Amino acid sequence: MPTFDLSSTPLRELNSALHALSKGANDTAFDVVNPRGAHAVAVGIDAPVTVEVRGSVGYYCAGMNDGGMVTVHGSAGPGVAENMMSGTVVIEGDASQYAGATGQGGLLVIKGNAASRCGISMKGIDIVVHGNIGHMSAFMGQSGHLVVLGDAGDALGDSLYEAKLFVRGTVKSLGTDCIEKPMQPEHLETLRGLLERAGATDAKPEEFTRYGSARTLYTFNIDNADAY
Amino acid sequence: MCGIVGLFLKDETLRPELGRMLSDMLIIMTDRGPDSAGIAIYNAPSAGTWKLTLQSAEPGIDFAGLSEALVAGNIPARVTVKDTHAVVETTAGVADVRAFLKENRPQIRIMGTGESVEIYKETGLPRDVVDRFDVRAMSGTHGIGHTRMATESAVTTLGAHPFSTGADQCLVHNGSLSNHNNLRRTLIREGMTFETQNDSEVAAAYLTAEMAKGKDLGEALTGALDDLDGFFTFVVGTKSGFGVVRDPIACKPAVMAETDQYVAFGSEYRALVNLPGIETARVWEPEPATVYFWDHEKAA
Repeated sequence: MPTFDLSSTPLRELNSALHALSKGANDTAFDVVNPRGAHAVAVGIDAPVTVEVRGSVGYYCAGMNDGGMVTVHGSAGPGVAENMMSGTVVIEGDASQYAGATGQGGLLVIKGNAASRCGISMKGIDIVVHGNIGHMSAFMGQSGHLVVLGDAGDALGDSLYEAKLFVRGTVKSLGTDCIEKPMQPEHLETLRGLLERAGATDAKPEEFTRYGSARTLYTFNIDNADAY
Repeated sequence: MCGIVGLFLKDETLRPELGRMLSDMLIIMTDRGPDSAGIAIYNAPSAGTWKLTLQSAEPGIDFAGLSEALVAGNIPARVTVKDTHAVVETTAGVADVRAFLKENRPQIRIMGTGESVEIYKETGLPRDVVDRFDVRAMSGTHGIGHTRMATESAVTTLGAHPFSTGADQCLVHNGSLSNHNNLRRTLIREGMTFETQNDSEVAAAYLTAEMAKGKDLGEALTGALDDLDGFFTFVVGTKSGFGVVRDPIACKPAVMAETDQYVAFGSEYRALVNLPGIETARVWEPEPATVYFWDHEKAA
């Protein structure tokens, strides 16, 4: 099992080794120690590797992940799992702003809290936050699911397209064109699956409220022509 | 971008280490801004003594014989020269020293005044700046530091942070303000003076003006949320305290850590990784539009 100590090894060696993995490689369990808040740890993975990061990371950890299973045993700085394509990223601590931004697939699990703009412009990623999320989360979210076991900050789901939002706690305010929607059986089923995959064993789907787009904003309305 | 660090010590035994700890934190933030760097160190005041931190483009001329000249001008003073800066300690009034310098050494700039604060700032990288002023050797109760990526005004010594606009007050800023010209005009009408066209200096002067009206630091920072438009993460020092506030949008990063020994601020977690006990510290991201402050006098 390759171990990279980032206090003595340049970050580029870690990321190069991750990128050099060929399909079917056997030695696919990486350990990263002493990340000390480093930026861009384990970005651009495109193979089904496992990366255990022992400590807190800075900007853009696991960005563009495509098939990797990255666990951060600490907290993550801004932009964790930005533009994830597939795979799983788990943050044991908190995540800073725009976690999972523009993500197109895969699962991002944040065991602590996420700051502002969580899931901004999400395009298919599933995000489960065990704690709270900050303001402007899921802004312009196009598809995928954002599940929050705690509370959401201001302007949740502003200018939302078709991302589905589920919040167990309170929502400080909904953004423009984001509304509460009835929970249908298929939503409960989806939510049950996401909670299970995210290890959120103490949360029941029935405890959540669903939010989605009122769909009044994202198509052009001739009555608004004067505004342009 | 800009990088900010701050350290407020609760544990007195760490005081001799303040300069070293803060220097290391700031150097790690170098790649957030290479234009200029500065540090403000607060130390326990000695009664009846004022300190003025001076700066000169020609220290060899301006600081030569300054101590003797002050004494000859009936201003008891001890002058310690550090590179382009000098600290004057005096039992006379700050206004007397200010008047003397204006008359006799008009090239000298006053970077900061107070009972407690010393401010060192220059263009260049944090490592070079802290070396030039031997910041590592300084002890203190709390301090703040800044490394600048210039956006709103020129890269000059005076445009470097921290900005000090009142006794023992200083501010560092990551972000950019959009209403600083208007606010500067208002503050000038209220009697504030400015050295630069910099937006962050306006924020510092705003807080000074608000505190002069009787607000404490926390109240002044709360007012800033209403009156300042733009992006900001501020870290502010006063004689006994240290405050943090972020604008409601909170784009500019911030991480804080607290243990029984200290409260620390960094633009990034990287800045905090060498602090003692960081592994078990309470580490969090300060909330948007929320004022945080710590005060040695109120804590005591």
